[in-house]
Amino acid sequence: MEISIDVLIFYLVSLVVVGSACIVAFSRNIVHSAFSLLGTFGGVAGLYVFLGADFVAAVQVLIYVGGILVLILFAVMLTHRISDIDITNRTVGRIPGLVAVAVFLGILVYAIGETDWVKVKEVAYAPTTATIGNLFLGDYLLPFQIAAVVLLVALIGAITLSRKEIKE
Amino acid sequence: MAAYVAMLTKVGLEHYLVVGGILFALGIYIVLTRRNAISILLGVELILNSAGLNYVAFSHFSTGNVDGQIYTVFIIMLAASEAAIGLAIVLAIYQLFATIDVEATETLKD
Repeated sequence: MEISIDVLIFYLVSLVVVGSACIVAFSRNIVHSAFSLLGTFGGVAGLYVFLGADFVAAVQVLIYVGGILVLILFAVMLTHRISDIDITNRTVGRIPGLVAVAVFLGILVYAIGETDWVKVKEVAYAPTTATIGNLFLGDYLLPFQIAAVVLLVALIGAITLSRKEIKE
Repeated sequence: MAAYVAMLTKVGLEHYLVVGGILFALGIYIVLTRRNAISILLGVELILNSAGLNYVAFSHFSTGNVDGQIYTVFIIMLAASEAAIGLAIVLAIYQLFATIDVEATETLKD
């Protein structure tokens, strides 16, 4: 048996994803949790590249790593009291939660292994950006417009929620 | 034994689904056990990422077209707006209660 280099890289990237997700889940310090999310998001972008989804990988890096992660770090810095770590990342019911999630994961992996998935004969690796752009302005025009409205509403809602009330 | 070795040396749909399943389970664990509102949002981000990974994996191995990738772009868009709104709510709660522990903030109005 020999393992080709791309399979090795896949396992490495998956290890980064799962490992940093474990740090996010089990770290006692919320700053560590928030920074470990970088590994998870970047690793998932790498898996997207493996799956031939170049546009989605670029979007993942731009929005998750560049946007959401910075937003979360800002929120951590604004609400974090560094002196008391026990308060910043308290967990309740670790053992029952862990058991329940482990059973759930076992059922999930068993179902994935047993199911006879539909598969295409030959997987294709082609640039996807032009196809996705045409679909957004063609078949998926209505969801695309609704997404624009949702983003506008989220923007206005975030501003309304976070601004200070001015007392008369 | 040989079947297991062949399964490990050739990456297929199941590998990506297992990675997505692990991410989903860890996200559920965070949402169940954490008491910090920002940590719960981190768990929700993990869950959304696992769903997006599954969509792209199915689009690559099962259908062969890019429809699944478009759903993933929509998921990322919803995750961005969810993070913005959620963190704005967390900051408003912090200004009101001076804590973001979800068990301490149980009053509805005054």
